[in-house]
Amino acid sequence: MDDRRLREEITPEPVYRRRHAIMRAAGVVPMIAGAGLVGCGQEEVAGQAVVPTPGGEQAVVATPGYEEVLTPFESVTSYNNFYEFSTDKDGVAKLAQSFKTSPWTLSVGGLVEKPQTFTVEDLASMFMSERLVFRMRCVEGWSMVIPWQGFPISRILDKVIPNGEAKYLRFETVKRPDEMPGMRGFSPYAWPYVEGLTLDEARNPLATIATGLYEKPLLAQNGAPVRLVVPWKYGFKSIKSIVKIELVARQPTSLWMAAAPSEYGFFANVNPEVPHPRWTQATERRIGETRRRPTLYLNGYAAAVGSLYAGMDLNKNF
Amino acid sequence: MRRRRTVGQGSSLRAGTVSGIRHGGPTEVPRPLAVGADQSPADRLSNGGRRVRQPRWRAVVQVAVHAGAVVPLAMLIWDSLTGGLTANPIQALTARTGTAALVCLILSLAVTPFSGVGRQAWVVPWRRPLGLYAFFYASLHMATFVALDYGLDWYLIWDTVLEKRYIVAGSGAFVAMVPLALTSTRGWQRRLGTRWRKLHRLAYLAAILAVIHFLWLVKADIRQPVAYGVGVAALLALRLPGVRSRLRSW
Repeated sequence: MDDRRLREEITPEPVYRRRHAIMRAAGVVPMIAGAGLVGCGQEEVAGQAVVPTPGGEQAVVATPGYEEVLTPFESVTSYNNFYEFSTDKDGVAKLAQSFKTSPWTLSVGGLVEKPQTFTVEDLASMFMSERLVFRMRCVEGWSMVIPWQGFPISRILDKVIPNGEAKYLRFETVKRPDEMPGMRGFSPYAWPYVEGLTLDEARNPLATIATGLYEKPLLAQNGAPVRLVVPWKYGFKSIKSIVKIELVARQPTSLWMAAAPSEYGFFANVNPEVPHPRWTQATERRIGETRRRPTLYLNGYAAAVGSLYAGMDLNKNF
Repeated sequence: MRRRRTVGQGSSLRAGTVSGIRHGGPTEVPRPLAVGADQSPADRLSNGGRRVRQPRWRAVVQVAVHAGAVVPLAMLIWDSLTGGLTANPIQALTARTGTAALVCLILSLAVTPFSGVGRQAWVVPWRRPLGLYAFFYASLHMATFVALDYGLDWYLIWDTVLEKRYIVAGSGAFVAMVPLALTSTRGWQRRLGTRWRKLHRLAYLAAILAVIHFLWLVKADIRQPVAYGVGVAALLALRLPGVRSRLRSW
């Protein structure tokens, strides 16, 4: 699967619906884009399930009511897990209004040949952003489809050149208790927020550095001005408002791993077969939909990232 | 004629008891009687079967508890009409009805100790409405989970229940409340006699299971469920023999 195919734009909504209506009128039987079908002649284009139709043509099909449409901008920007501000998902946006996203620097260093510090302007001028539409699946059991603006993090890695010892990336969020109420006072979390990826995962084209959303710069509640998007993992891996990326030799301990190690592991790959210790991960609620939908292995991106985990015991490496 | 002692100021009423204390002289002057679980059928008969008109302040107290308990529902309805239920309304509905149920349950459990230790007998008529509102909100909570969240998909619900242990705890809390709601009337109190009080101890089991349910469903921040747990534990401690009388005389 080459990079260009993966980063193709999702079909704009009006075109998608028209095409889907034609398909249904033509009597094409819709198939459920669910677990178990990945690998059975099913490919993916930027997250859309594409299956061969009886006539041999490739077309986008889905069960009626299970179409994958973009989550509305209002929902994406008003329903946020950003505990640095608040644990109330609908309270984050208001509290994040006074968050300063400029000036901002992202330092990339550690076990690299050429450590560098980028400003947001540097990122915009050095790396071309594209519209990348990905599913986002929260560990809590809800999900969205979000049109990000971003580029693969591998392009940054190409600039800094990790040396032979580097095996993992360690990410760190900004720590500003004066602007982020959730960090003040008694908080059960060991701030700042930390996340990690293996070097191989970071080199995968789907591992994205995002600076925008719906063709606008990121808002504070979505992790402005620069964040990670790893769509095949649970949402908490997609760390927001990054200030530091470090190439390290040992597996970093993320904030959630430290908070509840029996429940939140390093990999946190979306997997309906691996339940959370206290709840199942077999279904999810797509924000805006009334019926639950089945959760897909690796959030439907198995074709692109599945090989990273070949032969791994995913129950142990959760 | 034996008459039950009225609920006056400063009396420590033990709800559920039927024994009466002779009050006043031989004249059959109707006394202001509390309407509610503390009124025995004997009183009604002695007044010729008519409902005794309650003092106005008693009516105000009753209206107050209903007005208060209905607030979460009113807010939910308002928010659902004005888009205030977040981008995930089913989740918001579930969380808010659950919290309302837990709060009503804990308040209803607090009535008897508060009326005794705090010497505030006027709250006693609140116990039943608060308990029933707890059951009402718990039913809304269950209905949201079963019908809205899981769309009455019984296979899916069964699988989910088996995996999600916090749902087992929550279902246990709800099931414990069902007989309490069914036997909340005065008729049932009479029919069961002393067994009624023993049955209604299930309210404590429901509260404990509800707190465990809450504790098991939060991700890492256990402050809220722990706070409720402390409240329930305190109320349980007040039920220990001797604790209340000791506090009262303190």
